[in-house]
Amino acid sequence: MLELRDVRVVFDGFHALDGVDLTVADGELRFLIGPNGAGKTTLIDVITGLTRPAAGRVRFGGYDLVGRKEHQIVRLGVGRTFQTSVVFEELTVLENLDLAACFRKPLWSLAGRRRGVSDAVAEALARTGLEPLAGRSAGVLSHGQRQWLEIGMLLAQRPRLLLLDEPVAGMSKDERDRTGQLLTEIADDHTVIVVEHDMEFLRRHASAVTVLHEGRVLVEGSVEQVSADPRVQEVYLGRRPSDAVGK
Amino acid sequence: MTAVVNQLPIGLSIAAVLLLVALGLTVTFGQMGVINMAHGEFIMAGAYTAFLLGDLLLALPAAFVVAGLMGLALERGAIRHFYGRPLDTLLLTWGVSLVLQQLARDLFGAPNVQVPAPSWLSGGIGILPYNRLFIMALAVAGVAGIWLYLTRTRLGRRTQAVVQNRRLAATSGIDPGRVDMLTFFIGSGLAGLAGVALTLIGPVGPALGTYYIVDAFLVVVAGGLGQLRGAVLAAVGLGLLNSYAEFWSDASLAKVLVFAAVIGFLQVRPQGLVALRSRALT
Amino acid sequence: MIKRNLPFAAIAVIALVAAPLLLEPFRLSLLAKYLCYAIVALGIGLAWGQGGMLTLGQGVFFGLGGYAMAMYLKLSESGGGLPDFMVWSGVEELPALWAPFANPVFALTMAVAGPVLLAVVLGTLVFRQRVRGAYFAILTQALAAAMVILLVGQQGLTGGTNGMTNFFELFGADLADDSTQRVLYLVVAGVLGVLYLATRQLVNSRFGRLLVAVRDGEDRVRFLGYDPALVKTVTFAVSAGLAGLAGALFVPVVGIISPALLGVVPSLELVVAVAVGGRQVLAGAVLGAVVMGYAQTTFSEQFANGWLYLQGALFILVMTLAPKGIAGILGRLRRARTA
Repeated sequence: MLELRDVRVVFDGFHALDGVDLTVADGELRFLIGPNGAGKTTLIDVITGLTRPAAGRVRFGGYDLVGRKEHQIVRLGVGRTFQTSVVFEELTVLENLDLAACFRKPLWSLAGRRRGVSDAVAEALARTGLEPLAGRSAGVLSHGQRQWLEIGMLLAQRPRLLLLDEPVAGMSKDERDRTGQLLTEIADDHTVIVVEHDMEFLRRHASAVTVLHEGRVLVEGSVEQVSADPRVQEVYLGRRPSDAVGK
Repeated sequence: MTAVVNQLPIGLSIAAVLLLVALGLTVTFGQMGVINMAHGEFIMAGAYTAFLLGDLLLALPAAFVVAGLMGLALERGAIRHFYGRPLDTLLLTWGVSLVLQQLARDLFGAPNVQVPAPSWLSGGIGILPYNRLFIMALAVAGVAGIWLYLTRTRLGRRTQAVVQNRRLAATSGIDPGRVDMLTFFIGSGLAGLAGVALTLIGPVGPALGTYYIVDAFLVVVAGGLGQLRGAVLAAVGLGLLNSYAEFWSDASLAKVLVFAAVIGFLQVRPQGLVALRSRALT
Repeated sequence: MIKRNLPFAAIAVIALVAAPLLLEPFRLSLLAKYLCYAIVALGIGLAWGQGGMLTLGQGVFFGLGGYAMAMYLKLSESGGGLPDFMVWSGVEELPALWAPFANPVFALTMAVAGPVLLAVVLGTLVFRQRVRGAYFAILTQALAAAMVILLVGQQGLTGGTNGMTNFFELFGADLADDSTQRVLYLVVAGVLGVLYLATRQLVNSRFGRLLVAVRDGEDRVRFLGYDPALVKTVTFAVSAGLAGLAGALFVPVVGIISPALLGVVPSLELVVAVAVGGRQVLAGAVLGAVVMGYAQTTFSEQFANGWLYLQGALFILVMTLAPKGIAGILGRLRRARTA
């Protein structure tokens, strides 16, 4: 479904991605890990059109993504979240979701007022558990609730591929558990790529893992295979021991 | 062909004035994201300083200090309360600009005044009049001064640190507030110098600044945010374009052509001539 | 629904019934002038308050509308012959650009379509390249500056610095007549009312929500699958069309259009008015335009120079103490009372 071949990104002489190959099959839940600066976010940026690769191909469901604008890629069915969640604080939770759900409608048809709640929005509200907060302004949400709203906005768009950039960063234990549950549910009927630092979260929810290091794919495999791999241990122990040992 | 050559000193001296004005804007805009609409009135203040003193060489440092102090007062008194709200600052400083223009009208009268050029600037080398040559030299000195300040002095390097990352600079022991004050002083002072330069090629009036401020802002847009090199290239480009467009087409079409050129240029280089790359989303 | 529209209905009654009865003709036609500015302010409120696009060149669109109307008026009076100012500046043949403006439908259409077209072209070129914020403001200001110089320079086409004046009749009605001015006032007030309701509808629609989202997080909107450049261009074009229509109404009401009415300073003055009234509420923008127009007339009648100080000072004060303008202060008072 998603296929990256020899993708290279250079920032002022620094090779952020140095020939990455990655294949994600339909319906898969893939975790992307690696030490800081490994190129995880850059990889997401390349897929979603925020960063243009210096070389390489990105194919998604038969389309070439390189050179397309961000909003065009979203329209092909690729949605993403950001590390620092951005929701529209002056709009209510419901309006945020509705806005996300309407993205395929022609612009002129948006000149009417919203009447009622569409199925996609109702479903997103139910899945993220934000129903009680639907009428509240998004500005008053807690950090965790914002992340869920962002994921909800993605779900309301019914994308084929979801890219989540550190969804549990900065969350409390409870919030992390809820997010994990949400993630498992979403992965049932979506293809998902998750960038994550949190090793405990990874152990509990990940099956397939890709480890990035210095702009290259170091190892791919199950959580057990990857954490047993000496190269992975070296990369993590050499740089950030706390990540590898886990908490 | 001779017409092309004859027009060159005019174009270059306009470019030089634009450059002096835009340099100040570039550093204040680049460092603080502040659009200072009153910058044009610092030009006017510099020109009136020259008018009052009547001596060019005395006027240069005096105008620098007068305009610089005005900038400093504006920064301390108003602008610093508006950081992070560039559009509000734009409107606020426009209010200041209105008041300053009216003040000049009340102090010096609404009609233009003429500042006599010193006798040692009459004449010239071939087609190059001394007064235009002097303006160009002033601009070169201004750029060189700013460049030396930014790269060779400790304060200048601190300024650059603040430009690149305000918060990081603050946490590493630089007081951004003091750097801002200094930047504003220097940037506004340069506008004062431009004002003195303008007395050599035309009369001085309360609205003097308004004729140059819009073009100077275009220089900043075309040059790229806070970039010295970009500002120099854009000022020379726009100054020459302006004077040649005026010469070849109708004077009234020149500004439209310049505007179209800037819009066209942004299609090729939306970040301006010299762009800073950043990974941040917004 | 009824309760929400009550203030609007009350103001509409005052404006349409009480004002024409109570105000003397001179004052009524001044009010009509402010209401023309209020239509421009509506567009600024939409583009800047809702969409975050600080446009400092609305005078350009206002001027295009005004000149289109003035050209029609001149031609209808000269019966298709040369307008007076062209004779004075030695033009011998009617310029081709002028000819179609003898038709009132064409002139009125161009008064709106011209500004919209210019805004679409400029908006597409600028927003597509993600030029925004202060850069956009600077470019629109440069456009206003260039426009004035162009109009002044093309004396034979535009009447130069003096612009166009001495209009005597509109569709056969005598413009100097009080009853004509009263009808004109009612037309302006009616148009403003309709446009206000339409703009408010747009702000409350999904498009309005999208516009706010673009203002607060343009890049995020892009990742929701929308093209922010398109949203902004459409909004900018609507605001330009409003300004153009206002210009067309302004000319018969005030009897003149000239470069001094649409340059950098008048464009900024309208933005100031919107800020004073309250940029985030459409009613605030309208209120600001009327209040500032009234203040300008009153104060410059009494002490000419003082007005500029006052305007500057008022502006500094509003930006410092009440960035949300009068509407913000009223809103706070109301909340304080209910709390």
